This record gives sequence, structure tokens and C-alpha cells, in this order.
Amino acid sequence: MKFKLTFWRVVFIVIMGLGLYSTFIRFFYGLGAVSNMTDQFPWGIWIGFDLLCGVMLAAGGFCIVGAVYLFNVESLHSVVRPAVLTAFLGYVLFIVGLLFDLGRPWYIWHQMIYMNPHSVMFEIGICVMSYTTVLFFEFLPNVLERFKLETPIKWIKKIYPVLIILGILLSTLHQSSLGSLYLIMPSKLHPFWYTPALPFLFFGSAIAVGLAMTIFESTQSAKAFGRHLELPVLVQLGGALLVALWVNALLRFEDYFHRGLLGQIIKPSYEAYFLWLELALAFVIPIIMLSFKKVRLSPQGLYLASIFTVLGFITNRLNIALTGFETYVGHHYIPKWTEYSVTLMIVALGFALFGLAVKYLPIFPEEKHPVQERLRTATVTAPVAATPVLDHAGD
Amino acid sequence: MSKALLYDATMCIGCKQCEGACAQQNKLPYDDTVAAESVQSAHKYTVVMTKDDKFMRRLCMHCEHPACASVCPVGAFHKTAAGPVVYDVWKCIGCRYCMVACPFNQPKYEWQSRNPRVRKCIMCPDRIAAGKQTACAEICPTGATKFGERDDLVREAQERIRQNPSTYLPRIYGLNEVGGTSVLLISNVPVEQYGYPPSAKIGETPMPEYTGRVMERIPDFIPVWTLVLGGIYWVSHRRDEVAAAEAEQKKNGSAR
Repeated sequence: MKFKLTFWRVVFIVIMGLGLYSTFIRFFYGLGAVSNMTDQFPWGIWIGFDLLCGVMLAAGGFCIVGAVYLFNVESLHSVVRPAVLTAFLGYVLFIVGLLFDLGRPWYIWHQMIYMNPHSVMFEIGICVMSYTTVLFFEFLPNVLERFKLETPIKWIKKIYPVLIILGILLSTLHQSSLGSLYLIMPSKLHPFWYTPALPFLFFGSAIAVGLAMTIFESTQSAKAFGRHLELPVLVQLGGALLVALWVNALLRFEDYFHRGLLGQIIKPSYEAYFLWLELALAFVIPIIMLSFKKVRLSPQGLYLASIFTVLGFITNRLNIALTGFETYVGHHYIPKWTEYSVTLMIVALGFALFGLAVKYLPIFPEEKHPVQERLRTATVTAPVAATPVLDHAGD
Repeated sequence: MSKALLYDATMCIGCKQCEGACAQQNKLPYDDTVAAESVQSAHKYTVVMTKDDKFMRRLCMHCEHPACASVCPVGAFHKTAAGPVVYDVWKCIGCRYCMVACPFNQPKYEWQSRNPRVRKCIMCPDRIAAGKQTACAEICPTGATKFGERDDLVREAQERIRQNPSTYLPRIYGLNEVGGTSVLLISNVPVEQYGYPPSAKIGETPMPEYTGRVMERIPDFIPVWTLVLGGIYWVSHRRDEVAAAEAEQKKNGSAR
């Protein structure tokens, strides 16, 4: 096959080049040379975006698997494979991101021998490790089918109920535990974001974003691969998203109400501006949009609403990881360009791998009219969608 | 019983000999440039700060219930029975959760290193094991930093405050903060002026309790949630099985 240099392929190559340069700096000159992290700001954008947001963006896997296999919602069956693929890639890339952020990544296996059961980080580590394994087995049938290996598929089908229940159990644990990480910092994290309810809020937002991401990636891959869009599936997901957003909004309101912060959050302040941005993007805009039946029934409307939701909750997690500490520390943390470039490289890799998987594996159900031509030209769609997400990553 | 340090700011003359002794003990570089640095870092575990003509020392507080030890995923920190909170570098994976979790911001990082370590005062555990004082307490010419049993030092601090109420603020910083620390401070100006976190803000609850409340539920949560999920799975699939069986029955019935 002839390799054609399209605009997005050039962008992809540039991103990878800069990313590899930053990787060299990171592992040769240390974290100080590659990032703007300091003793006052020991966790930067790699924790805030790559880890906190990465795990949330990959939540579609357990949401859809739960809906289809646990609650037996047959109609969503066609999005299970893309959702599992996204989750699997998401977690693998999460681990790649972790290798950049850990000061001594070569000792990451210590996690398995020097266990500290009191540590939230330990629990997350074990859960993520196990869940990535579960996702591997949930994803494996795609590869086996491609090579027509029937026997191992039968074995995996036999243990599928166990995989599903284990996957959802592990997801419940670590999605909420990401919030628990911050419970030990009551004196540091700004009260707008520090709340004993953090684990519940993290779990709730994971479900909302999981649904939104499934809408987003279905629409995106329909566009990129010239596939037929299954509107009834999107409509159903959109309805579920609206419910999930209301539940999240209610939780947030209850939390501010019980802690007596309702008066404070409406007063202008540095933190309030970021909070307003987050609340507008995550709740106000998508809830208003999805409340119109016309929007709920249109692919374009659902697509937009899902993008707002995703951006809103990304803002939420970046606020928790970065904005919420600035007043305590007393200065701002602005990531170095090399930090952005590593994050950008990981996201671009994710999109590229997704594109490759869709091209070579039976991720989407067979269609009657294969769109060979368009498939061929649209291998690397990565940066198309990677760029808008990352524009907001550092806000 | 556990050992502790009592720092009396009113007795400190700002000679910084404790800084030098600490550097020597821990094999850290120490010269005029380092002495002039007024912040702690990976190469400066303790610092004597100057404000007007008053001094204040800063070092790891060696909490009775240390946040760093509870958050570390590989248990690289632990509180020894003798008092010090020590660090096992060979376990550390470099996640820096200890740094974000510490209410006193004591762990510092070797940001420029290719194989970085977390650095903080470890209260000379080898010296204590050998029956000696910490390096800083031993060298202190005025006794501003005093080493001893925590209970004795608390009593002594209370006695000093009682005898000279005009000299001291009526409180021992570290007595109850975050559940008590093995470094106790008494002074005539609020320690908060030197960057210590306000007592009201950090509270008296041991830090590990904040996450412990959630973590202790997990062993119960796992079996219960597994049962719930399994139950949902069974119910939702049972419906299909029953429907299929009924359909089968109907088919057989009509065929007969």
C-alpha cells in the first residue's frame, strides 16, 4: 500500500516527534527538566489529565458492558466492542502515562510485593492492573475472530459472566477511589472541590462521561470511517446521559448545600470562575441541550452535548488536581510545553491505535456495503479529535 | 516510649549549626550558599528562618500517625517505635503521593535526578538506636532544640510556659495537631508566621483517618457488591431463559 502524506498524518508525525524528544528529556534529565512540577506542586498535568481524566474517559467500557451484559439491554449491543476497545486502549495508555509520571517507573512492580493496604494509591494500582487484564480478555475475542480461532473464543465465552462482574466490581472500586485519593488533603484542596463525597462524585462522573464518550466515539468513527450511524442507539445513550447528568448535578448541589457553600460559590473569585466554567460545561449546557427532544433525536445535537459533557468533567478533574491547590500553594502551576507534548503524544497514540484496531479487527458490525475507499484514506484520524480535547486540557 | 524533639524559638540564636550538623549527618552538601537558602529542599532537611530578630526552625514533624506512611502504595515510609518516621528508598516507586498528602509539606523531591528519591528529615534513627541524641540537638549551643522522651518534653514545655507566661504564647504546636507529632514547638510569635499550617486548618484528627474511613469499608464492599452484581446478572438473564423455555414449550405443544 502506498503511504500518502495527508495533513493529519503530518500533524501526527510532528506530535510524535515532539513527544519522543520530551520522552528523551524525561528519562535522561529527570522530572525537573521536563516539567514545571516543584516541591510545592508535586502533581501536575500528568496526574491531572493523563491519570484522573484518562481513567474517566475510559469508563465507557464498564458502563456499556454493564448495560448490555449485566442489565441485558440488547439494543446497545453494537457499541459494546468499540466501548471495550476504547477502555482497553485507555487503560494501557493510562499505564504508559504513569510510567512517565512515576519518579522510578522501573520499580512499578513493587506494587505487587510491598503492599500497603491502607493506601488508596495501592488499591487503585491493584484494581487498574487487574481491570486491564480483564479488559484484555474482553477485547481478545476481536483478535481471535480475526484469525478465526474458534476454540479459545469458546473458553472466553464460558468465563464471560465472571469477567463482566469482575470488571464492574473493579471499576466501581477504582473509579471512586480516584476521588478518595484527595480525601487526605482537607487542609490543601480548596473547599469547592474537597468534600467527603469525592468518591461518590468520581463514580458518578465516570458513568456520565462513559456514556458521553460512547456517543462521541460512535459519531466520530462514523464520520471518520464512513460508517452508517445507528441513531436509535445514540438516542438511547443520550437519554441515559441526561439522567446521569441530573443525578450528578443533584449530588453536587446536595454536597454544596450540606456544607453551606451555596452562598460562596456564587461569589466571584479565582476558584469560582473555574467552578462556573466546569458547572456550565458539565451540567448547564448539556442538560439544557438534551432537554429538547429535537436535540435528543439528532445525531449532531447528541454529538455536541456529549462533547460539552466530556469537556465539563475534564475541567472538573483538572480543577481538583490543579486549580484547587493554587490558593494553598500560593502560586500558579503552568505546565511546561514538554509536559503537554507527552500528554498529546499519548492521546494521539490512542486515536491512532483505535483507528488501526477498527481497520484490522471486527470492531464494528459487518455492513452490507463495505466502504473500502474511505477506510483506506482515513487511517490516522487521531489528531482530528485529539486537538480539541487537549486545547482545554491545561485550562 | 517514643523520642521527640522540643524546639524553643525563644532560645534560638539563629546560628544555623543544626543545619550544618544535619547536612553532615545525612551526607548533604553544606556551604555558605546552602546556608543562605531559606527554604527546605532535597538537599536541606531543616532550615532556620529569620524574621526581624526572631528565629524559627522547620523540619519534618514526625507525626504520631503520619499521612506519608498511610498513603504510600508500597509502604516506603513507616513510624518506628522509637519515634522517627523513616523512608526506605529501595521500596519507593516515585508516585509522590507522600508529598501531596503531608499536611506540613515536608517530603521534598530530587527533581533533577534520573533515579530520584524523596528526601526529608528522618530524625537520625541510627543515632537514636545507638542511644545518642539527634545531630541537631547535640550541636545546639543554647538547648533551643532539645531531644528526649516525648512525655518528658511535653511536661517541660508546659512548665516553661507556666513559669514565663509573658515570654511564650500559651500553646505547644504539635501536641495535638493532626493527632500529635514528635516535634514540639513553643515560641513567642505564632508559628504560622513562618509557614507552619494553622492548627485550626489541619485539625486534631490523625490524617490517615480521612482515607481510612473509606478504605476500611472495602473488605465488606467487595463481597456485597459482587453478590449484588451477580444477582442482577442472574435476574436479567433468567428472564431470557424463562422466555426461551416457554417459547420452546409452546412450539412443542403446538407440534403435538
